[in-house]
Amino acid sequence: MLESFLQFTFSGLTVGAVYALVALGFTIIYNASDVVNFAQGEFVMIGGMSTVFLRQDGLPLAAAAALAIVLTTVIGILLDKLAIARAKRASVLSLVIITIGASIFLRGAAQLVFDKQLHRLPAFAGEDPLTLMGATILPQSLLVLAGAAAIFVGLWLFFNRSRTGKAVLATANNRLAARLVGVDTAFIMALSFGLSAAIGATAGVLITPLTLTSYDVGLMLALKGFAAAMLGGLGNPFGALVGGLAIGLIEAFGAGYVSSEYKDASAFLVILLILFLMPRGLFGKKTVERV
Amino acid sequence: MDRFLPSPTARILLALLAILALAPLVFPSTFYYRIFTLISINAIVVIGLVILLGYAGQISLGHAGFVGLGAYANAIGPTHLGLPPLLALVLGAALSAALAWLVGRPILKLRGLYLAVVTLGFGILVQMVLVNESWLTGGPDGMAVEDLGLVSLVKALGLKMKTAQVWYVFSGLMLLLAAWVALNLRDSPTGRALRSLHDSEVAARTVGINVARYKLIAFVLSAVFASVGGSLLALFNRFVTPDVAGFIHSVELVTMSVLGGAASVLGGIAGAALLTTLPQALTVFHDFETVILGLIMMGVAIFMPDGLLPNLANRAKRTRRTNR
Repeated sequence: MLESFLQFTFSGLTVGAVYALVALGFTIIYNASDVVNFAQGEFVMIGGMSTVFLRQDGLPLAAAAALAIVLTTVIGILLDKLAIARAKRASVLSLVIITIGASIFLRGAAQLVFDKQLHRLPAFAGEDPLTLMGATILPQSLLVLAGAAAIFVGLWLFFNRSRTGKAVLATANNRLAARLVGVDTAFIMALSFGLSAAIGATAGVLITPLTLTSYDVGLMLALKGFAAAMLGGLGNPFGALVGGLAIGLIEAFGAGYVSSEYKDASAFLVILLILFLMPRGLFGKKTVERV
Repeated sequence: MDRFLPSPTARILLALLAILALAPLVFPSTFYYRIFTLISINAIVVIGLVILLGYAGQISLGHAGFVGLGAYANAIGPTHLGLPPLLALVLGAALSAALAWLVGRPILKLRGLYLAVVTLGFGILVQMVLVNESWLTGGPDGMAVEDLGLVSLVKALGLKMKTAQVWYVFSGLMLLLAAWVALNLRDSPTGRALRSLHDSEVAARTVGINVARYKLIAFVLSAVFASVGGSLLALFNRFVTPDVAGFIHSVELVTMSVLGGAASVLGGIAGAALLTTLPQALTVFHDFETVILGLIMMGVAIFMPDGLLPNLANRAKRTRRTNR
């Protein structure tokens, strides 16, 4: 009884850390530009898939992973420069259509450039499971958790200690005011997209040894990351972390105790419940408007 | 001059009727009746999306979910419950309307595009149920659909028509009906209210429009259009698979509506016609489908936010003015 409870907790926290990273990516772009980036899940997919294929081409794992993250970052910046920044006066609706289009395009391109198969990576620190009070935990899970924690701490430092980070926060607060005091908001936008893409790609690299990857995993990750961001309160990085872990746990316990066939439905139910009951999420700003 | 012509709505409907009546004259084979039937059925769903996107300014990323509900209503109803196909079609539409109302009511009270995320999840959930509950739906392999009985009806009337021709006429009439409903809605008080909130929600509210209510009306209507389209698709193909409710299908539908011009019924029909014939014309299209859909969505949203038809119309107007 306790073993299975612990087991579900571990697996929930591990996938939850990935959802938290996707939600963090949403949050960064949403804060900088008010764009809800539906292509966020594709960054995770590209990170994982390109690591797999670069490794097949003979690169060592670490180099393949690093190159994959750089590649995804470039794609993120291109998404901003070629699409989002060009549609400056576009309505929110058009921006949603653009990011959906980007998501579909990247998914289709991945299917052409890579393939339609499922792929996995070897675990970075060995496959031997550790045992804790009867429940097993893979070293890779610990790496995922540690990686997520490092990214959150690093971003906190970046936003609160560095000048550029503060410029991002200023842009998030009020774009016009930020521009007036000399912040290059176009650069901040590109930076936010690059950063989000890098975070997504890192999540993809870390989780692929555990969950496998293929060209079409991005959509589900985007939906779950969005659920996490909604739960935590859209726009709040700390909320993204809490929301991500919570969605991971809900999903793991739902799969363990209720139905594994419908585990993917839990994120959707969470989104519905939040929108019905508390549209600001747990830690959101009080700016959700009712009409 | 305008006095001697019928109203704009009637003109559009007459033009559609003329196209549908004359097109068979240039059809090289019965295969073309099939394609035009598919275009008509897709256009019915897209017209529903035009009401949601173009009139109310909301986007649905799971509209194929409603198409799937309609399609499977016509697969499950007659097979498992012995319902007549037409009743199954109506019940499917009623179920879709009820679900759209339940989900849309709380969400459309919020400002923003939460409907996009919720419908995305809804579509995925519908497909998940269709795949998993194979005792009812046949699972991933799909299931056969009972005949609507159109062809035997036509035979009983003493007309000699091929199945493809019967469906061409039937789906064309349904398309005209859908276009008529949407065009009338556009010029009704409800349509005006919807378009006013598309332009500015604040302004709409100031003049006393219950914004949430009208958005909900648009969403429910679009769900009904999608469900009826799904039922027709199932009856026409005589077979359904869960793919009909899939995300890619939802994206195809949204692309059709933004491509032609999300705010215009004719644009929606043009978008449906283009994206339905493209895969038939280019056999390589299948491999590149998602890439092309993505490029179209991004390109239209960036370079011609009003869509293809209104964009061309504007250009024509501009050149006419400069020529004068």
